Amino acid sequence: MTEQTVDRLAGSEGASRSQWGDVWHQFKRHRGALIGAITFLAIIAAVYLGPLVWTTDPQYVPPTVEMIKARDFRPIYVALVDSTAKTSWAHPLGTDNLARDQLARLMSGGQISIAVGLAAMIVSIVVGTFVGVVAGYSRMLDGPLMRFTDLMLSLPLLPLSLVAVLLFRESLAARFGPEGGIFVLIVGLVGFTSWMQTARIVRGDVLALKEREFVLAARSIGTKDSKMITRHILPNVMSPIMVSATLGIAAAIITESALSFLGLGFPPDFPTWGKLLSDSVDRMVLYPERVIWPGALISVTVLAVNYMGDGIRDALDPRIRGR
Amino acid sequence: MLTFTIRRLILAVPTLLFISLVIFLILELSPAEPVCPLTMPSDVCASWKAAMGVGQPIYISFPKWLYQFMVVEPLVLVDYMFGTSITDGQFRVMSWQTRSPVMDIVAQRIPQTLWVVGTAYVVAILIAIPVGVYSAYKQYSIFDNIGTFITMVGFSVPPFFSGVLVIVIFSVYLGWFPSIYDTTLVVNDWASFKKQLLQMVMPVMVLALQITSQISRFMRASMLDNLNQDYVRTARAKGLGEKTVVLVHVLRNSMIPVVTVIALGIPNIFGGAIITEVVFKVNGIGQLLITAIQANDLPMVQTLAFVFAVLIVLFNLIADILYGILDPRIRYD
Repeated sequence: MTEQTVDRLAGSEGASRSQWGDVWHQFKRHRGALIGAITFLAIIAAVYLGPLVWTTDPQYVPPTVEMIKARDFRPIYVALVDSTAKTSWAHPLGTDNLARDQLARLMSGGQISIAVGLAAMIVSIVVGTFVGVVAGYSRMLDGPLMRFTDLMLSLPLLPLSLVAVLLFRESLAARFGPEGGIFVLIVGLVGFTSWMQTARIVRGDVLALKEREFVLAARSIGTKDSKMITRHILPNVMSPIMVSATLGIAAAIITESALSFLGLGFPPDFPTWGKLLSDSVDRMVLYPERVIWPGALISVTVLAVNYMGDGIRDALDPRIRGR
Repeated sequence: MLTFTIRRLILAVPTLLFISLVIFLILELSPAEPVCPLTMPSDVCASWKAAMGVGQPIYISFPKWLYQFMVVEPLVLVDYMFGTSITDGQFRVMSWQTRSPVMDIVAQRIPQTLWVVGTAYVVAILIAIPVGVYSAYKQYSIFDNIGTFITMVGFSVPPFFSGVLVIVIFSVYLGWFPSIYDTTLVVNDWASFKKQLLQMVMPVMVLALQITSQISRFMRASMLDNLNQDYVRTARAKGLGEKTVVLVHVLRNSMIPVVTVIALGIPNIFGGAIITEVVFKVNGIGQLLITAIQANDLPMVQTLAFVFAVLIVLFNLIADILYGILDPRIRYD
């Protein structure tokens, strides 16, 4: 009996030894965050692995006569309420007005939307962390870099992004191809207009870390600046960076869909969820599913990511951890 | 405090000049030009474009725009208010689309934006503060969990989806509210007032959901920070009622960061609701900006972007000053 207790204690001690094990333990207890993480992974799996199962080509437009026959199918569940509706098991979510399969289009749209979200998040985090660490670490560059951050924060970003899309769309499309060009443009725009908060938070943390004894100790044994940053500073500012990274995915997906909605995003051949939604708004009375599916997918993805971010924030906050 | 305010105000001038230069330089890259009417002969068209200032080098066009925007336009306002005629014969910032002064069009559009977005902001604050206070007070209760979920949803559902969704539900299937905002409606009796209210419900609802989520999350977090402080225990220990402790002691201290967040959000009232305005076809400032961008109307885009920048800088300043006034622990000098 005593041995068992000792064993159990030792086991739980062992489990909570490492910092990340501790964080994971806390994260698991945040039910919303866990559900969010599972949902997000499920959506990623569905849009990237789904096309292996559902092999219909999202861009296939049948020749004229078949196109007229095969277009405007309603989703299969509409048959439950309205038996005269045009439905078919060949197109479980219906087809659009050019007879393209909606399920396949939703999957390919999701691939682009999520890829844009992740890529823009990485750009924003890299720029934000770099500016934040440099500003916090070097006293000389602190002033100019932070003034630059303030300046970026007071620019009206949405209008300027819209103008930038108009300006650079053609030249980038010529260099990287139609979808590659717009991908680079949107990722760059979203990334370079959303790094400021991360930079501010990271700078604040670095400023505080610089005064700690372990940094003094490392300096006194002759650690170089580059080693100091990569070995001692960066690992200690990981938690705010991870939180802003998670929330950054959600913000990037929303910004991309907003640009698409305003007609300045991806071309209609390579639709994202935002583009699918905005293309269907005109006929939403007849075909509400074409608006609701992409809209609901954007909302659920963003909701899941936001819950995940909340969970990570709580798990990384030592004041909340262990409660 | 006064010296801080004056210093910040003086510092705002170079900031704004720099921002206007940045906006100007970005837009200068654009190949946009005003489009001549079809019947105009080409030589007339060329001189007409030159008169509009196309092709001028930046060291001429930027100071000219700056002079027109900073000196002439305020004087036009003075003229309008006092009936004087200082600006007769002066050139104003002209729109390429309509060939009329940009600021006149902006002045026509501002009331719609202020009505819809301003109402949404007020509604959102009125809902968010009690919700935030109560969910923090009863942390992890059913109310708190549902409230947190709803704010999370409001935070995550983009306005171009929630807007379209409420149009499908409330105006197509139920037919309660009109889906298009009619700006020509003149409110002069009860019937038209009711119409105005009905058409405002949906855009205000969509915007308010978003703003409420942000503010009530802040309110809740700020209340939670304060509820565990020592002064709260002291207040309870000396026998104050629960109502006094929460609504007087804790609420007043928790409002400090929330007030600054509210002040920082005010520039959005003027320009941020672009998508909601497009969805409900409210012809406000945001919609004006979108049409100007699509029509390559550079003077209009420049002016609007700069107006937004001025508002952002101004309300940042106001938020900083408010913070100093509300929280006696923070003194800038």
